[in-house]
Amino acid sequence: MSQSPALTAERPSLPAPPKRRTSLTKRRQRRAAYLFILPFFVVFTTMLVVPLVYAGYLSLFESKLIGGEVFAGFANYVRALQDSAFLASIGRMGVFFIIQVPIMLGIALFLALALDSGRARGSKGIRLLVFMPYAVPAVVATLMWGYLYGPDFGPIAQIARSVGWGTPEFLTPENILGSMMNIVTWEFIGYNMIILYAALRSIPTELYEAAELDGAGQFRVAWSVKIPAIRPAILLTVIFSVIGTFQLFSEPSLLNAIAPDAITNSFTPNYYAYNIAFINQELNYAAAIAFLIGIVIAVVSYIVQLSAQQRERRERGIR
Amino acid sequence: MRNAPRAALALGVGAAITALVLSGCTPSSGGGGSTQGPVSQEDIDKAMTTPTKLTFWTWVPDIENEVKLFEEKYPAIDVTVENVGQGLPHYQKLRSAIEAGEGAPDVAQIEYQYIPSFVLPGSLLDLTPYGADDLSGDYVDWAWNQVSPDEEVWAIPQDVGPMGNLYREDILSKAGITEPPATYEEYATAAKAVKDATGSYISNLGATQAGQMIGLFWQAGVKPFGYDGKETVKIDVNSDGAKEVASYWTDLIQQDLISVDADFNDQWYQGLANGKYAGWLTAAWAPVFLQGTAENTSGLWRAAPLPQWKAGEEVSGNWGGSSDAVLASSKNPIAAYELAKFINNDEESAMKLATEQFLFPPQVSVLEDPAFVDQESEFYGGQQVNKLFSEISQTVDTDFQWLPFMDYVYSSYEETMGSVIADKGDIAAALDTWQDQLVKYAEDQGFTVE
Repeated sequence: MSQSPALTAERPSLPAPPKRRTSLTKRRQRRAAYLFILPFFVVFTTMLVVPLVYAGYLSLFESKLIGGEVFAGFANYVRALQDSAFLASIGRMGVFFIIQVPIMLGIALFLALALDSGRARGSKGIRLLVFMPYAVPAVVATLMWGYLYGPDFGPIAQIARSVGWGTPEFLTPENILGSMMNIVTWEFIGYNMIILYAALRSIPTELYEAAELDGAGQFRVAWSVKIPAIRPAILLTVIFSVIGTFQLFSEPSLLNAIAPDAITNSFTPNYYAYNIAFINQELNYAAAIAFLIGIVIAVVSYIVQLSAQQRERRERGIR
Repeated sequence: MRNAPRAALALGVGAAITALVLSGCTPSSGGGGSTQGPVSQEDIDKAMTTPTKLTFWTWVPDIENEVKLFEEKYPAIDVTVENVGQGLPHYQKLRSAIEAGEGAPDVAQIEYQYIPSFVLPGSLLDLTPYGADDLSGDYVDWAWNQVSPDEEVWAIPQDVGPMGNLYREDILSKAGITEPPATYEEYATAAKAVKDATGSYISNLGATQAGQMIGLFWQAGVKPFGYDGKETVKIDVNSDGAKEVASYWTDLIQQDLISVDADFNDQWYQGLANGKYAGWLTAAWAPVFLQGTAENTSGLWRAAPLPQWKAGEEVSGNWGGSSDAVLASSKNPIAAYELAKFINNDEESAMKLATEQFLFPPQVSVLEDPAFVDQESEFYGGQQVNKLFSEISQTVDTDFQWLPFMDYVYSSYEETMGSVIADKGDIAAALDTWQDQLVKYAEDQGFTVE
């Protein structure tokens, strides 16, 4: 880099105190480093920090169709915390998270372990097939499931009727949450599976040999060696799922076209924020809601991380 | 489109709501309703010969053909047509552009029910100084009242949707019904006969389709909304008249004679094509729409006026339709007005809209033109469908009004009415909930509610 000529010129001449010389080099290196990350920070600031601050600023105002904008302090936040529709949407996503995420990650983990064991034939093909739904855009996926779920002409309903089970109702207000869980699970199993599988591949094989020497079977190896070894990767998928769950948007917004009576405006928090902003035309309130969603995600992610760390500490203590 | 199936709106919107919230929200005060004197012919001639660039936001397919006619007549004017989405996405972008203070078009398509929401912030140009008043006689009365409820003229009518009854002649005759039901009483009897004999529903009432229900209210003489153009609104969706309509449908739905499937989706298209629904109480844009949706049933459909509440009456409502408005922010208001006027007033252009884009015309000249009304439609067994709807168009009540926040009204309808209709509940009772929500919203927004 640019400092190398200076370095070579310096070395033969004065034997400067070593401390000062390294600090000069360090400083130059540091400057170069800053230069390298500068483009990122410019984009990060203009595209994320500034808008975020602006949204925070907006959320402190109240706007009305008649009368315009007035400063309102935290009134929007107070209103949101008392807004039963918003709280219900958070609660709905809580249920979604508790039921859907374990199922999705459980299947993803099982598939990753199965592929990693090398016992499954055609594992490359299977890997691709499982991953494929993730490559299907959410828009297409939801429209496709909308067709599959259709009560009159959907294939599932037609098969169920021909076997005499009656018409399954996937799109009623009572069942739509489950139907949505199914769509999201289908979409993201492959994604999580790849993360877990990649983590499994990086475990040193000596560990397996050692376990086998100790007489552990495949299941024991999976349970006692593999899963503990990829715990950070599992934690990562859980956190991704927290974020994904509380930000669900395209699924409800598309299912709304198929089952408008089952998807309320406040079905998910993100969808609610969107509707408040663009249908109710309350941008400021929507900004407050968006911030609260961010806080909820941060808190839940933190709790997940904290509990994982505690568990690890406890287990280390036992050993 | 003309029908505004409000459902299929939110497509393709990313999850990052924060980012969305931010895109352009600086409050700006539009001009609007300026009180300048009339524009002279000299000004117009000058404006139309000065090289000018105009932007026109619309979602009418192939409108370039009509724009081309305009550009041939006024070679100095260069019009850019942009389709930024249909219905709600279109309005969202329009509002963002207006608020941002730049990027808004000169002329924009606006459905009648959304005009007041743009009048409220002063975003539309009053067209009276430009001579729009003189056009009032060129359009059916009720359509003109939609763009000009008071003295100002806010837009030029483009197309309308007076309501009628499209039905499957073959299915109804299987049930022994040879004449389309003339009254709602006959319609209820026919509904039972059709269901018993064929298993089909005589029609479908889209559970969340506010436009259709409001059209039926319109027919029944119910006036649920009012707006004085300033700060006072009238909200009366749970009037006795509205409840009467609601109870009628509740009764039929609870007897399972009318289906309540969500409309304008695949499931519903198939229902129209395969005889699940033997009819559809719908608007004048529907006959052509249906031809595309239920091609395989060509020749089996017929058109008739809506059933009537009182025997011998001839009344209808409207569902859908659009106008073209000039934005107050336009730097070339004269040319912009001439464009909005030309597209919807020039004889050749209006005729093209009606016969090539199949927009149902509000222009009297087209409604009286044999080339339009005498067309025979094979899909409807050779019936002169345009003639029928031209006659229906004469019977639409003229004073129907809207609220300046119809986006919310429709979404609130979905929440309060839609779920009850889908559950086959008491629709009349749901009207009360709807009323309460609307009044609360209006008051929260600072309106005086009458």
